[in-house]
Order: sequence, then structure tokens, then C-alpha cells
Amino acid sequence: MAPTATASLRKTLDGLPGVDQVGLEARAAGLGTRSIKTTSKQWAIDLAISMVDLTTLEGSDTPGKVRALANKAMRPDPTDPTCPSAAAVCVYPDMVAIAKDTLGDSGLNVASVATAFPSGRASLAVKLADTRDAVAAGADEIDMVIDRGAFLSGNIDLVFDEIVATKEACARPDGSHAHLKVIFETGELQTYDNVRKASWLAMMAGADFIKTSTGKVQPAATLPVTLVMLEAVRDFRDETGRQVGVKPAGGIRTSKDAIKYLVMVNEIVGDDWLDPDWFRFGASTLLNDLLMQRQKMLTGHYSGPDYVTLD
Amino acid sequence: MTRIDVRKTHKLYINGAFPRSESGRTYEALDAKGDFIANMAKASRKDARDAVLAARKAFGGWSTRTPYNRGQVIYRIAEVMEGRRDQFIAEILAGGTPPKRVAPCVDASIDRVVWYAGWADKYVQVLGNANAVSGPFFNLSTPEPTGVVAIIAPEAPLLGLVSVIAPAIATGNTVVVIATENHPVPAVTLAEIMATSDVPAGVVNILTGSAAEIAPWLASHMDVNGIDLAGVTDPALATELEVAAAENLKRVLRAPSGPADWLAEPTLARLEAFVETKTVWHPIGV
Amino acid sequence: MTTKRKTFEYAPAPESRAIVDIKSSYGLFINGEFVDGKGGSFKTISPATEEVLAEVTEATAADVDTAVRAARKAYETVWSKLPGSERAKYLYRIARIMAERSREFAVLESLDNGKPIKESRDVDLPLVAQWFFYYAGWADKLGHAGLGPDPKALGVAGQVIPWNFPIMMLAWKIAPALAAGNTVVLKPAETTPLTALLFAEVCQQAELPPGVVNIITGAGPTGQALVEHPDVDKVAFTGSTAVGKAIARSVAGTSKKVTLELGGKAANIVFDDAPLDQAIEGIVGGIFFNQGHVCCAGSRLLVQENVYDDVIERLKRRMATLRLGDPLDKNTDIGAINSAEQLARIKELSAVGDAEGAERWSAPCEIPDHGFWFAPTIFTGVTQAHRIAREEIFGPVLSVLTFRTPAEAIEKANNTPYGLSAGVWTEKGSRILSMASQLRAGVVWANTFNKFDPASPFGGYKESGYGREGGRHGLAAYLQGASA
Repeated sequence: MAPTATASLRKTLDGLPGVDQVGLEARAAGLGTRSIKTTSKQWAIDLAISMVDLTTLEGSDTPGKVRALANKAMRPDPTDPTCPSAAAVCVYPDMVAIAKDTLGDSGLNVASVATAFPSGRASLAVKLADTRDAVAAGADEIDMVIDRGAFLSGNIDLVFDEIVATKEACARPDGSHAHLKVIFETGELQTYDNVRKASWLAMMAGADFIKTSTGKVQPAATLPVTLVMLEAVRDFRDETGRQVGVKPAGGIRTSKDAIKYLVMVNEIVGDDWLDPDWFRFGASTLLNDLLMQRQKMLTGHYSGPDYVTLD
Repeated sequence: MTRIDVRKTHKLYINGAFPRSESGRTYEALDAKGDFIANMAKASRKDARDAVLAARKAFGGWSTRTPYNRGQVIYRIAEVMEGRRDQFIAEILAGGTPPKRVAPCVDASIDRVVWYAGWADKYVQVLGNANAVSGPFFNLSTPEPTGVVAIIAPEAPLLGLVSVIAPAIATGNTVVVIATENHPVPAVTLAEIMATSDVPAGVVNILTGSAAEIAPWLASHMDVNGIDLAGVTDPALATELEVAAAENLKRVLRAPSGPADWLAEPTLARLEAFVETKTVWHPIGV
Repeated sequence: MTTKRKTFEYAPAPESRAIVDIKSSYGLFINGEFVDGKGGSFKTISPATEEVLAEVTEATAADVDTAVRAARKAYETVWSKLPGSERAKYLYRIARIMAERSREFAVLESLDNGKPIKESRDVDLPLVAQWFFYYAGWADKLGHAGLGPDPKALGVAGQVIPWNFPIMMLAWKIAPALAAGNTVVLKPAETTPLTALLFAEVCQQAELPPGVVNIITGAGPTGQALVEHPDVDKVAFTGSTAVGKAIARSVAGTSKKVTLELGGKAANIVFDDAPLDQAIEGIVGGIFFNQGHVCCAGSRLLVQENVYDDVIERLKRRMATLRLGDPLDKNTDIGAINSAEQLARIKELSAVGDAEGAERWSAPCEIPDHGFWFAPTIFTGVTQAHRIAREEIFGPVLSVLTFRTPAEAIEKANNTPYGLSAGVWTEKGSRILSMASQLRAGVVWANTFNKFDPASPFGGYKESGYGREGGRHGLAAYLQGASA
């Protein structure tokens, strides 16, 4: 396990500028008033579709459900070959192999939650085993949860070490490694200052992506929380040269919302992040709304749920 | 054998000291019958300038004293005035005020100072506001002293004088006062009281001389923030001063339109005249 | 897969003009109806395109007199006799109509003024409705305003407003005046008369008694005639300090009550422990909101030296995302400069900045071919000895200075004849309170900037004017004091 430099870690986190809640939320709301129309909207909808991590994380998940989801991810709108595919499917570790098998060589990734998702309340050994299982089953991406209890009680070293260890557990025998997304469960961290600290902590520990939420806790992703995380990845790249992706997850259900996120990406971090490699939506119902909006843009009339696939 | 009394030299009061006018000039204060009382220092524009400098220098300290402390200091003025009650009565009597009005006037003057002393730690509550704005913001308006205030004191020898000085300094302003030209002696006594009570140097500066001559220099002085025309009875001079005051947008308190009844209980008007409302916003968030 | 385009370009998203019906010419609104003036007329144009929008009447001194007489008559025969509760209902009506017709007013405002529809729609017009609603409620509660049990109105108010927030300034002036029981004659600025003239229609829809509100158009001489009219009891002016001083001189020796909201050169002070990203927003909003045509704009940025580089880098990056262009486009952040005259002044003072050795940086944005435009600009290397640190530019131009200690920040912030507003950015609570108490300014925004609310008194120290607008204090400006 990598040694942690406790003092310097704390110094870095304590040295981060504060976040003023009111100002932050006003900025996010301001960006939300951008009016994205016509060609811009078409472009944004396609981009958003290509950024979706189509997700099912239920106790009732079955191979059949996961296969259906994977097919949907590959062909979101089977009637329209110009429709982009989603970025990935996101499942529990035991469903990784099914998803991988269904996706085949489509180029879509399988993301797996791990580390005793969603609460993270298990021993490190269990969390790492969970991770290794998923990687061994073919997961391209691992969505881990941080130990929020440790974070809130000030045990940031523990959080840091777990991320480092999980990243190591993402390694494959060939030397490559599954991409590591670190979930903060921002609804439990409560303050934006905590979100910013958690972002830096995760990035310093090696996160490839930082992700807002599990989707199991309310509030999940919000525009202001995502704004804080975007500012963090921007500042982190300025300081270290390393680019980290951002994934808001949970609660994003409409095209209008998704486009607000893309506007935010565009104006806070710019083109470099306007790419499925660097920005994802963790969502399930969002995709169909994007598809209905897409159909509306193409046909000029409103679509309905019978014209998108329900899986 | 009658003892030859020791007469007082009546001087200006600037920055806690008693200088003669830098111009070397004096004028004669006369009693009601036109008889000589004393030679008064006749302040020049340079004396006025020095007084403004002193008032400016004193402003920072005086305006940031705790309101409780300012109240105590002003109350102390009343205490010392009480000890000089007979002197004031004699001086005002000599000035020609009808005898039966003199003592009530002196008593009212002392009481007036006490009244304003009590306002020092209350006016903020009465003139300020917590503002319920439609957003997540803490928003508070508080009155603050305007700064250096020039005062042309009214004719009413002592009561008028303290009625214009006390409210201005109670809120934390510092003042340059031109005493009434015709009855200046009690003003010099009041200056001595200022010097021997706890009023810091420069908070109150008192000039004697011609308001018509000095006031325009104060009205046009760019480091004076407000001007009280209480004692200006000549409409042409009042207009001239107000015009001059516009150059740096001094707050102008016009003279009362009719004869002022200084014995009546004051309103808040004089406290409000030389305060600025400051409104502070801060977001409310976690 | 998606066709990768390099950038997220926003397609034009113009707000429709169809909602507004601009007449080819306008008379004066006196005694409840539009009447012809006795003088000439002038054109009002769209500063974004230089298109002529309408012909507007130039009120003469005789027209001003007619308007003041109408206001006096309305005051004496109707308005002063109405119970406050009835006046309140008229004001509530106006508040509701302004909310109903908000979009129409926003579009017209952006056309005539050049400000982005985003601002007229989301800031100006909501505040207008709120202002009337707030003061409506005061009309029958004057006895609780701290001015004695039954404070009296002043009479006829002559009100002269500027071009930077035309309809909002109208609301700031008319709402408290009417609530307190005064009648008004209001003159909008000559470059932005249209929303005030549309407001006249609102008065008609609300069936406000004739003469209670009179709107006269014209330039400086019209305003002067109004301010100097002997039958005006109250003068309320928002505009330049130079004109404010002239007004203060002109009312000398009269019994007119005056409030003046004038210029500013506000310091926006950023400490090293500021919430930086929000501070950047505050800096940008502080100076580029409404093209910097804001008297309380944070036009002097004071940055603590140890974070100077970081702040400037973040500021420039943020400025590069500002979208300048068509005021009616919903994505426009920076609209047109209000007039050729104002643009010339901004250019002139900016040239002075260059000549005095300050370093100019402008956001990279395309300037339209027609109309009056100025890119968001900052000058670095500015000191108190630069003219651009002292004179109000009233445009999208920020002067950046540095400081080392809180005491130095206070000294520099207060070292100006103005005193309208100030900003402080720090996460340290006790420092905020210390700075707020030492800043000689009528409004101090701590960790925020350019916030307005009808309940919040607004107005300046020193040469930024006197009197307050908003809140109980703003009401008192239209009432006789308890002393009177």
C-alpha cells in the first residue's frame, strides 16, 4: 500500500479555497438559464446520449435484465442508425460477465460498482475482493464508494488509503487497469466544502473519475455539486497536469437537465471535458427522454413512450 | 478695599487647546446695554481650517469608541456643566436674556446634554433595521456618523449651542462649531467644560467670530462632510452656504423656517441629520 | 457515434420582439393621458443596431409646468385625500400588472437600453414588480415607519432617472413616492424613454387617478426645469455626481427635500482566503453586469498581493466565456453600450489607462458591425495615482490594484470622493465585520455583490449622494420627518 503523507494531504485539503454556498448555487442556476436551441440542442442531445452510463443497480437484477440493458446501450434507438450508443452499462459485480458478454466488441464499456456499494460499510479486504472480482469478470471501469463515515469523522487517511488500495485492485495481469471512478455520495457529505475536499482527496489518491452519488441517497447529483467537482478537476489539472473525469449520477432525468450539465461543462472546464472519456451521466430513465427529444428534433413533432424502448 | 478681579482671556478651542486666533484679531462682546464684556478671539479661515484638521483627526477614534463610552463622555459634560451652573447663569444674564428665562434655560441645557447622552447607545437600534430580503442573505442597515460636521450655532446662547453639538457627537461625528457672534461667552465656558470633561481633543472645536466670514470656508471645505445651518438667519447667506456645500455634497441641515423653540423636547431629526445608513449583505449558507 | 464537433456552439436564441408594440411617436403623459408637447421631438434608438425605435417629445418648461400643475391638482384633490389602504390597492394593481406584462417590458427595455434580455428578464423586471408590491404594503402603515403616528406626504415629487436601469429606477422612484402619498412627475433619460412611456399605459390599466403619475420626456433642460420648478416639494435624482451637485446647488435656499443617488468607484476587495470561484463571479458580476453601467459597480478590484496571479488568471479565463452580442439573445451576457456618447467616454478613459501605463486586457469577443460595443476589459498594474482608479468609467472596464494588509485595503478603498458601495471577499467572519464597519460606503456586499431588494436601503456616503432608496429609509425620503 502506498504510504500516505498525512501532513501534506491535510495541508492541501485545508488550503483549498472555501465554497460559498449561495454564490455557487447562483452560478449554477445562472448557467441553467442558457437557452440551447436547434442545431446546438441536437448536438448536445447526441453528446449526452454518448455519455450515458446506462445503469441498473437493483437487488432484483437478473441476467435477462442486464442483457436487455446492454442491448439498449448499444442501440438506444433501434429505428435510427444515426443515434449514438451510450458510453457504458453500469451493473453490480456479479453481472459484469453477463454485460461484457452481451456488449462483445461493441466498444461500449462495462462499469461495475464495487467496494460494498452503496454504503461501503465492509472491511477493506471485502471491498478489495469485491473490486478484484469485478475486474476479473471483465469490468472496464470500477465505481467505488468512499467511506463517508471516515471522511466525516476526519479520518481522511483511511479514505485516501482505501482509494489507493482499490486502484491497485483495479490492476489487470497485463499491467493495464480498470478505470477507477470514486463516488462521494455528496448527499451524505452535506457541504460543498466537503465535496471539494473529497474531490481533491480522490484525485490525489489516483481517481480517474470523480462521481457524485450512488443514486441510492437523496439528494444525488445536482448542478451545484457538479460545478464544485468541475472546478476541482479544472484546478487539479492546472496544478498537476493530470485530467480527471466527472460523473454526476442519480436524479438526472430530463434532456433539459442533461443539457444544463453540458453547458456547465462547456463553460467551466471547456472542450477537453466535452467527451464521453471525461464526462458521464450515471442514469437510467434519462436515456429515453434524450431519445424522445432527439426524435422531436428530427421529426418536428413530440414523441411518446411507445416510440422508445422500455427495458 | 475691593479686590481687582482676574479677567479671562477668551480664546478659541481647537484640538483640545485654547489658541488665540492665528490672525491676532479680536472683537468685543457686549452685554445687553452695549457695554463691553470681553474681547473675543475673532477666528479666521485658517483657524477654521485648523479646526477641521483637528476634527478629522479625532473622528476615527471618537466614531469607533463604544456607544456606551460615548454616552458616558457626553453625560460627563452634563456633570461638569452642572458645577458651572451659576457661571452660565451669570454669563447668560450678562448677555441680556430676560432674568426669569435664564435659569430654566441653563437647566434645560444640562438636561438636553443628558438626553442626548442617553441616545449614544440607542440610536442605532432605533434608526437601523434588519431587512428581510427575498433571498438567502443576512441584511442589516445601521446608521454611522457622517464625519466632520460644521455647525453654525443658533443665537440661543447655551441651550441652542448644546442642542446642536450634542446630537452630532452622540452619533460619533466630530464638530467645528461657530458660536453665536453676539453671545459667545457661554460658548467659551462650554469649551472649557469640554476640555475638562472627558471629551477627546478635536471632537468638539469651538470658534468665535463672524459666521458670515468663516462659515463659507467651512461650507466649501472638501473635508467637511456635513453642515448645520441652525444659526444662519440671513437667507442669502444660508443659500450661499448651501450652494458651497454642494461642491462635495455635504449633508445640509437647513435652519428652522421660523423661530426655533429650543426648550421643546427634541425629535430624532438632529440625530438623523448627520448619520449615514450603511447596509451590509452576506450570504446565508453552510 | 456522435459527430464530434470541436466546440459547443450555442445557436442564436433570440427573444421575440413580437410581444412589444412600439409606436412611431409618443407624446407626454400628463394628467392621465398622452398629450402633445409644445416643443420638438427626438429619436430614441436601439444601441445594439442604431435602428430608430420611436420619436419622443421633448418637453419644454411650459410642458413641465403643465405636468407639475397636474400633479399638484391630483395631490390636493384626490391622492392626499385617499386613505392609505386605497392607495395601497392601486400600487398592488400596478405590481400585478408589471408582473403580467413583465416579458413585454423586458424586451422593450433590452431594445431601448441595449442590456441583455437575461438581465432585464431575470433582474430588472422582477425587481420592478417586487418594488411596487413592497411599497404598496407601506401605504397604510406609515404610522409605523418610525416618523411619528401620522407622517405627512411632501406633495409633488420631481423625479429624474438615468438610462442604466430605466424601468427599475422608475419603480424605485414612483413606488415609495406614491405609497407615502405624493404625486409625481418623472422624467426618464433621453436615451431610454420607452419603458417609462409604456408604464404610462400601466397607470391607465390600473385606473390610477389622472395626474398622480406624470411622465415627461426630454433631455437635461427638461430635467432642470422639473427640478427647479417652484411647486415641486421633493426632488429625487439618480445619475451623475456632476448633475447631482448642480441639483444640490439649485435647491439651495428652498424648502425642497432632496435625495441623490450618484456615482461610485467601488472597491471590491479580495483576500487570500476568499471563496475564490465565487469571488471571481462576484468580480465579473460586479463590473460586467449591465455593461458596467452601474453606479455601484465594483470598478476597482483590490486583490491581496499573494493571490494576485491566481485571481487574474481565473478572472481572465472566466471573462473569456462572456458572450457579447444581441441583447435579445437569451445567451447574451454583455449587451450594447447605451449610447455613442457613453462609448466615447469609455474609450477615452481606457485610452488614458493605456497612456498612464496600465496594462489592458480584453476578453476575446467579436464586436458587431453596428451599434455601440465595448469588450469586457481589465486594466492591471493600476495604482491609486491612475485616473482609471479614480474616475467613474461607467462601462465594462475594471481597474485592478493590489494590497498587502487589511489596513491598506481599507485605506485604498476609502481613498475616493465616492462612497456608494464596496465588496469584501474573505471566509473569515470577524474580518468581514471589521472591514464592513470601516468601509465608508452605503452598501457593503460581503461575499456577494450587486444584490438589490426593495427591503434593503441603498444609497451613498460622500459624493455618491444622500438619502436612501429601499426599505423604511426609502419611504422616509418621501415623508415629512417627525420634526416638521
